[in-house]
Amino acid sequence: MNVPEDLKYTVEHEWIRLEGNRATIGITDYAQDQLGDVVFVDLPAVGQEVQAGGNLAVVESVKSVSDVYAPLSGRVVAVNELLKDAPETLNQDPYGQGWIAVLELTQPDEVQGLLDAAAYIQHLSGA
Amino acid sequence: MVAGLKSTPLRAAHELLGARLIDFAGWAMPVQYANGILAEAAHVRREAGLFDLCHMGEIWVTGPQAEAFLQGMLTNDLTRLPVGRAQYTLLLNPAGGILDDLVVYRLAGGFLLVVNAATRAKDLAWLEEHRPAGVTVEDRSQATGLIALQGPAAEAILARLAQPSPASLPFYGAQEARIAGRQVLVSRTGYTGEDGFELFVAWEETPAVWEALLAEGGVQPAGLGARDLLRLEMGYPLYGADIHEGTSPLEAGLGWVVKPDKGPFVGREAFLQQKEAGPERRRVTFTQESGPVPRAGYPLIDEAGQVVGQVTSGGFSPHVEAPIGMGYVQAALARAGQALAVEARGRRLGIRLARGALVLARTKGTTPGGSTKVR
Repeated sequence: MNVPEDLKYTVEHEWIRLEGNRATIGITDYAQDQLGDVVFVDLPAVGQEVQAGGNLAVVESVKSVSDVYAPLSGRVVAVNELLKDAPETLNQDPYGQGWIAVLELTQPDEVQGLLDAAAYIQHLSGA
Repeated sequence: MVAGLKSTPLRAAHELLGARLIDFAGWAMPVQYANGILAEAAHVRREAGLFDLCHMGEIWVTGPQAEAFLQGMLTNDLTRLPVGRAQYTLLLNPAGGILDDLVVYRLAGGFLLVVNAATRAKDLAWLEEHRPAGVTVEDRSQATGLIALQGPAAEAILARLAQPSPASLPFYGAQEARIAGRQVLVSRTGYTGEDGFELFVAWEETPAVWEALLAEGGVQPAGLGARDLLRLEMGYPLYGADIHEGTSPLEAGLGWVVKPDKGPFVGREAFLQQKEAGPERRRVTFTQESGPVPRAGYPLIDEAGQVVGQVTSGGFSPHVEAPIGMGYVQAALARAGQALAVEARGRRLGIRLARGALVLARTKGTTPGGSTKVR
């Protein structure tokens, strides 16, 4: 499984790319592999406020419906419109073109609770 | 996750192919391989897919009274079934509910009933309970392997591998053949809407036949996920999801395999009563404009916002290129082209009803005791 060094992670298999006060969020390579073919992504609305641990998006594969939790609290400032027409991008490029949303963080201290790549790999090996 | 489950003789082969195994009716079965469900389904429609169906039940009914006994248990008319042919049929309970849907073969050695894995034990008990003297009911499920080769390339592949070639076998016809040195009952049946074959082989010899087929160009393994999607595209009901003891043949659109004129059988009176009154709901298929996949239990809603039905199966079709589903709606609304909505997690999405296949079937011809429709 691909786990890029420069990202943060959660035990719920989300990845977070931190840039200043903004966080880009997606699901990991492991998560997309477990889900199988993604056929629909329910994106949040731009401007929506989310709390850490609350629902951010819903990813549907042929066989399952999975919630994507907001790993951090913030306001949604961008969503990946590409996923509306090409949800399979989430399988093909989970860390790149398959990003889900960008948050402007309201509780930046919460990033202390995220996993680094090594800790996420350890979590996967124990899963 | 799959510990404690029954294994088919192909489990090791599935694991080597990178299959994801799930619990299906107590069996560890491949839901998909490395390519994924959508690619596997598309490959079956384009070339040929190989399916492990060893979990399905094979029940033999033999003896001088076997035909009379089954005529009284099954809904279709066995007198229309010649030797070497198969027929789609139902087992009903006295209230007219569907106990199982199955395929019955008339073979030289007796009648072979191919039943769903989840209903095998129930069917056996039901048949045993009604069995008269002079009839033997034998469960050979654990001795009989079953694999399916489905897709437009299936005939040419088996023409190369099987002696004799099944190329001239009619739809729902079956004959003995040898494949990879093994004795196989080759049947021109399937659950995908494509031309194809189902191969019955001795349990322990199944891997040899599987490997021989997989070695052919154009053949890729396909899991239960692809099988479910392909049957959904064809409008074929899945027992336990779309049909069960609480649904009747008329509601399910399966009245064409019930032949009340043949004489008495379990469920006949209930069937005739409902035929007289007309069913209150009917099974339909539908395509959805876009949005989330329709899932079992989602309500179907009319223009006024009234609940008029419910989804029983859903998926995303790579061939329709849209979400598709199956369910029941009030009989008056069960018309091809009827516009309704599905309520999916708080949002309403437009759907358009159909009464059967959403993708054109490419099977060969008609079935004994039925119209051109198949299971």
